Amino acid sequence: MPNLANPTLFLAVARRLLPWLWALTLLLFAVGLPMSFNAPPDYQQGETVKIMYLHVPAAWLASFIYGVMTLAALGTLVWRHPLADAAQKAAAPLGAGFTFICLVTGSLWGKPMWGTYWVWDARLTSVLVLFILYLGLIALWRSIEEPGRAARAAAILTLVGAVDLPIIKFSVDWWNTLHQPASVFRMGGPTIAPSLLWPLLVMAIAFTMLFLTLHVMAIRNEILRRRLARLTMIAAAEGDALAMSTP
Amino acid sequence: MTHIPHLGFIVAAYAIAVVVILGMIGAVWWDYRDLLGRLARLESERERPR
Repeated sequence: MPNLANPTLFLAVARRLLPWLWALTLLLFAVGLPMSFNAPPDYQQGETVKIMYLHVPAAWLASFIYGVMTLAALGTLVWRHPLADAAQKAAAPLGAGFTFICLVTGSLWGKPMWGTYWVWDARLTSVLVLFILYLGLIALWRSIEEPGRAARAAAILTLVGAVDLPIIKFSVDWWNTLHQPASVFRMGGPTIAPSLLWPLLVMAIAFTMLFLTLHVMAIRNEILRRRLARLTMIAAAEGDALAMSTP
Repeated sequence: MTHIPHLGFIVAAYAIAVVVILGMIGAVWWDYRDLLGRLARLESERERPR
C-alpha cells in the first residue's frame, strides 16, 4: 500500500481520486433526492417526514465526523502521523456545518410535530454541546500561532470532547427525552418501514460521500497552506540574507 | 394543487441545508483557488532575477 503519510503523494492521489468521488456523490444525490421526494408520507407525521432525509444523515455525520477527528487526534498524539493533524483540522468546519444542518432541520421538524422549535432535553442539548465543541476547536486552531502546539491542544480537546459521543447516542435511552429513540441503528433491526428506510439509507450514504469528498479537498488545502507557510519563511530568510550581503 | 400541511417547514429545511452545503463546497473550493494563486505568486517572485 502506498504511504499516504507523504503529503506529495497524498496530493497526487487526491487529484486522481476527486473527480470519481464527486461523480459518485452527485450520482447518490441524483438517486436519493427523488427517492426521498417520492417516499410515502408517514402515517402519523404526514409529509413532514421528508425532513428526516436531511436531518438523520446530518445527525449521523455530526457524530461520525467527530469520531474521525478523535481517531486523527490519536494519530497526532500517539503515532505522530504527519497528516493526522491536517485531517483533524480539515474535518472541524465540515463537522460544524453538518451539525448546524442537524440542529436547524431538527428544529424545523420539531415545531410542527412537538409544538416547539427547541427543548432542553438530553439529545438536543448534547448535540448542541457537540456543535459548540466544533466551534471551540476551530477557534483554538485560529488562536494558537505555532502549528505544533495548536495541533496538540486541539487533539487533547478533541479527545476530552469525545465523551459527548456516547452521551448523544444513548441519551434517548438513559433519560426521558422528547426526542424519539433509535429507529435505524438498534438491536433487533430498524423499526422504519422499508419504503421510508431505503431513501434514508441512500441519502445517508450520499451525505457521507459528500463529507469524504470535501474532507479530501480540505486536507489538500491544509497541505498547500503548510507548503505556502514554509515557502514564505524560506523567501523571508533569503530576503534577509540578500539584504545583509548587500553593501 | 394538493395542500401539504407544514410545507413551509419542509421547504425551509431543504433550503437551509442546500445553502449550508453549497457554502461548505464554496468555502473549500475558494480556499483551494486562493492557496494555488498565492503559491504561484510566491514561486514567480522567487524565480525573478534580483
